[in-house]
Amino acid sequence: MSYDAHFRVWRGDSEKGELVDYPVEVNEGEVVLDIIHRLQQTEAGDLAVRWNCKAGKCGSCSMEINGKPRLACMTRMSTFTETETITVTPLRTFPVIRDLVTDVSFNYTKAREVPSFAPPPDLEPGEYRMQQVDVERSQEFRKCIECYLCQNTCHVVRDHEENKENFAGPRYLMRIAELDMHPLDVADRKQEAQEEHGLGYCNITKCCTEVCPEHIKITDNALIPLKERVVDRKYDPLVWLGSKIFKRSGA
Amino acid sequence: MSSTTEASAGRAQIAARTLRTDRWWLPPLANFVGLALWVVYATVRAFMQDWYFVPQYNYLTPFYSPCVSNGCVEQAAHFGRFLPDVWWLPYASLTLPFLLLFRLTCYYYRKAYYRAFWLSPPACAVAEPHKKYTGETRFPLLGQNLHRYFFYIAAIISLINTYDAIEAFIKEDGSFGLGLGNIILVINVVMLWAYTVSCHSCRSIIGGRLNHFSKHPLRYKLWVQVSRLNGKHMQLAWTTLATLAITDFYIMAVSAGWFADLRIVG
Repeated sequence: MSYDAHFRVWRGDSEKGELVDYPVEVNEGEVVLDIIHRLQQTEAGDLAVRWNCKAGKCGSCSMEINGKPRLACMTRMSTFTETETITVTPLRTFPVIRDLVTDVSFNYTKAREVPSFAPPPDLEPGEYRMQQVDVERSQEFRKCIECYLCQNTCHVVRDHEENKENFAGPRYLMRIAELDMHPLDVADRKQEAQEEHGLGYCNITKCCTEVCPEHIKITDNALIPLKERVVDRKYDPLVWLGSKIFKRSGA
Repeated sequence: MSSTTEASAGRAQIAARTLRTDRWWLPPLANFVGLALWVVYATVRAFMQDWYFVPQYNYLTPFYSPCVSNGCVEQAAHFGRFLPDVWWLPYASLTLPFLLLFRLTCYYYRKAYYRAFWLSPPACAVAEPHKKYTGETRFPLLGQNLHRYFFYIAAIISLINTYDAIEAFIKEDGSFGLGLGNIILVINVVMLWAYTVSCHSCRSIIGGRLNHFSKHPLRYKLWVQVSRLNGKHMQLAWTTLATLAITDFYIMAVSAGWFADLRIVG
């Protein structure tokens, strides 16, 4: 069963661009990325698109489909009606290079700003011992495929370019949470999360969680726990008193 | 206009605020209407200073608990009467502000009202209308970090609500009684506890702040249970708004004589 769909694809570069209409054939079982590839093969040979695994694991084909940040390879055409116009644009938070390809180097910069894993100085590599129960919580965060859909949809930077300097974005605040929860990490990351990486900008509206193709509960399991850890450190007198009396700051 | 639509810094130049084609406006609208209606109802009831207690069955609405104003009926004042009886001071002024602040700083309600009332953002990938955004980095929103304090107080208030629900099984003459009002009060208290315990702050205090669960097996088990409840925090937030309103309305109706309490025992 095939039909002709109506696609509107954004074509342009950092200077200018527009939505261009394309009628294009769609076959049963196809995903949006298949259609983009068909456009490349037929009507738009110079259409730029970034892609790789076609299996939702490399995070390359992030784009906005009918306004929603999604992976093109994981968006089935069967989720649209045959008469529906399907609009495809590049991610709107990052500078566009051409057509559907954006420059995501903002994320690499933010990744480098997060201090790496800091084991106790007296432990040599190979001597690390951890209980499964202590590490499984942060293993959820390791499912991240670096698609940057969360970074793209977060309104803190999506709607306010000026916040990019001070806000690491959900992906890298999640990284900080992951390290802060690590049983062998000894770095003090709470103060830094708040003051250097802009945790306070997050108003927990959960869009990062909504768009995550790996279904990581970024807000509930990383950002809010990290906010609570900051509260432990900065705002809660009972926790402070408890840590003084029982001397258990590193529980 | 925001950066998204201005297409600043080399972004794709797309004028539309959003290209979403689904009904993205429906959830924030529903939240706006639901929360606004509840706030109006609760405000009217808190200042009504009437129909809050059914003396023969000891039913006290949670909106007036603990009843500490000089205007309170003596039987309803389990913790004494010491606040002045003036129209602008609700009878439960000792607790209502903290309950309001507990919900106002709740991580779920924050999401709901930031989206529905402040449009920040109204929905995912829909540009917000504000020119600047500083989030929870400055006063007054920096105060959202006080949620922890309000959680502690809300837990104490839940104890008081539990006391009220138990007390309501003892009728005016000292004998045991059971009516529909008791069932409503108990359901309300159970839901209030579920909402309070499922709070993100509670989840953190119980065990989330630990890095070595293996050294704290009991706290780890509790954390697992609280985390399960925490997954339902949104549902519990709305359910408790409903149970609070239903409980209050039922007691108001019985107290005002609009209908009689359905009695099962006594």
